[in-house]
Amino acid sequence: MDLRLTIAQTNPALGDFHKNLDDHLRQIRAATAEGADLILFPELSLTGYFLRDQVFDLGIDANGPELEPLRKLSMGISIVAGFVERAADGRLYNCLGFFEDGKLLSKHRKVHLVSYGMFDESRDFAAGDEWGVVESRLGRFGLFLCEDIWHLEGQYLRILEHVDAYLIGSAGPGRGVGPEGASEHPDLAGQGRLYADSTETAPEFESVRTWRSILTAAAIHGQCYVAWANRVGFEDGIAFAGSSAVHAPSGAQLGCIAGLDEGNLTVRLTGDELFRARQRTPLLRDARPWIVAKALGVRCDAPPANEPKGSVPADPTSASD
Amino acid sequence: MNPLDIHPALVTDVLVRFLREELGSAGFSRAILGLSGGIDSAVSAALAVRAFGPEETLGVLMPYRTSNPDSEAHALIVADSLDMPVRKVDISAMVDGYLDQESVPEGMRRGNAMARARMIILYDLSEEWRGLVIGTSNKTEMLLGYSTLFGDSAHAVNPLGDLYKHQVFQLAEYLELPSEVIDKAPSADLFEGQTDEQELGFSYAAADKLLYPMVDLRYTEAQLIESGFDAEFVRLVAKRIIRNQYKRVLPPIAKLSHRTINQDFRYLRDWLA
Repeated sequence: MDLRLTIAQTNPALGDFHKNLDDHLRQIRAATAEGADLILFPELSLTGYFLRDQVFDLGIDANGPELEPLRKLSMGISIVAGFVERAADGRLYNCLGFFEDGKLLSKHRKVHLVSYGMFDESRDFAAGDEWGVVESRLGRFGLFLCEDIWHLEGQYLRILEHVDAYLIGSAGPGRGVGPEGASEHPDLAGQGRLYADSTETAPEFESVRTWRSILTAAAIHGQCYVAWANRVGFEDGIAFAGSSAVHAPSGAQLGCIAGLDEGNLTVRLTGDELFRARQRTPLLRDARPWIVAKALGVRCDAPPANEPKGSVPADPTSASD
Repeated sequence: MNPLDIHPALVTDVLVRFLREELGSAGFSRAILGLSGGIDSAVSAALAVRAFGPEETLGVLMPYRTSNPDSEAHALIVADSLDMPVRKVDISAMVDGYLDQESVPEGMRRGNAMARARMIILYDLSEEWRGLVIGTSNKTEMLLGYSTLFGDSAHAVNPLGDLYKHQVFQLAEYLELPSEVIDKAPSADLFEGQTDEQELGFSYAAADKLLYPMVDLRYTEAQLIESGFDAEFVRLVAKRIIRNQYKRVLPPIAKLSHRTINQDFRYLRDWLA
């Protein structure tokens, strides 16, 4: 693997597919002209995020005519972009597509829909149930959508598949505007708790600091590259926090797009760096997945009742011997 | 360090972008707001001036005949420091026309009439100015319900609604607003000698100290009392929050159809912005 990855930190217009598509095409052409091999857009980059009832109007077939312009441009550059997929059975998915060589090579349906606090994705979307691997001509990739990377399952399965990079599309809102450590741990009892003074660095949302920790840890655990494309802009007062970044297998940040502006970032990812990282820290060699499988087998003898693909869900109320 | 402390530079950056983007998506690039001479409207004005420029931000002074003259003087100091245009509309004749006709007694009803008269003026002038009304309500007063429904609570967008009073003060210092508005006791100035804290019966500092762990961190009343908060105060504040929920949401609509506005007809305000 030796590729130039561009992250596009965009501000999608809510519900305006064609405007967003035009912006994608412009950015893809620019990245192609600059010699990028792969461009990564944020979650739901073609539609905007808080869609609510608009989700029904924006759902498209992942191989449908709406995405033909992306397929066309993918002859010159591999493209990862987010859209609402309407499956043949009518279910709507929060989807990240990987376009290469003129076709949709692979797609990831968000597995961990986020439905707490300000989020309500489970109301609008069906959850994905696969952790596939993209076998691209550029390398092996694991696609994630935002909350997917906060859970360990997807990471672990991709580690076992020795992917080269996690490509994460995200629409992560900014939350928390206090100094590091302060607001999460108020000094209720008046004990004079000491807080880290982070005034020396440019202030960031607490949620961005958390993301940076997750990206760093994910890279180290996976001994792989981790690329995070997070959108910017506002939807009904909610600021998406941008701050997109790429981390090396060591966890070190290779580059970052500052704060809340639209922008892009291009980073070189090499198989040589991966090889040396894995030589130094051979975590995959020492993985013991069968222990996990055995333990999970005990816990997972009942299928999740919601969406086994292509089959009728087991009726949890029916008697079984 | 106070756990409510914010990074004022980050907050300013976010709020300026918020104003620009939310007004821009509605097709506007000018702002209008009431300047009361208090700290909240001063901070909102300073943010609007940063977002749209001083010439595009109109401050409206709306004194009533019993208003404290300091209020107008301080509003002018704020406008002057921000180099923004002001317009003065005396609401005495407008408000008295109704109050005298209906013999409305002294007290809250009169104060509410003044707040609503100011809303009428701001929304009317916003047509002439071709700008949107910027809110000045902070999180502390919104949670406590210390506002007039359809009066000062009426606006197109609100940059301060997720900032406690302490944080508004911190922002005011950062934005280098005149000391006259930072140092004085907050007052709705709806009757002579009124201060918010006297009327509420507790200080903003005490309210913020409690509201933050109660609302943001979801500590239970029992936990808060155990950690040293006065039990009566905790219950009083909790009750105020619940009792005033109606001021923070749209009125309920009787559901009859399969698709009812705001229940199962769900779109952001920025729908196809």
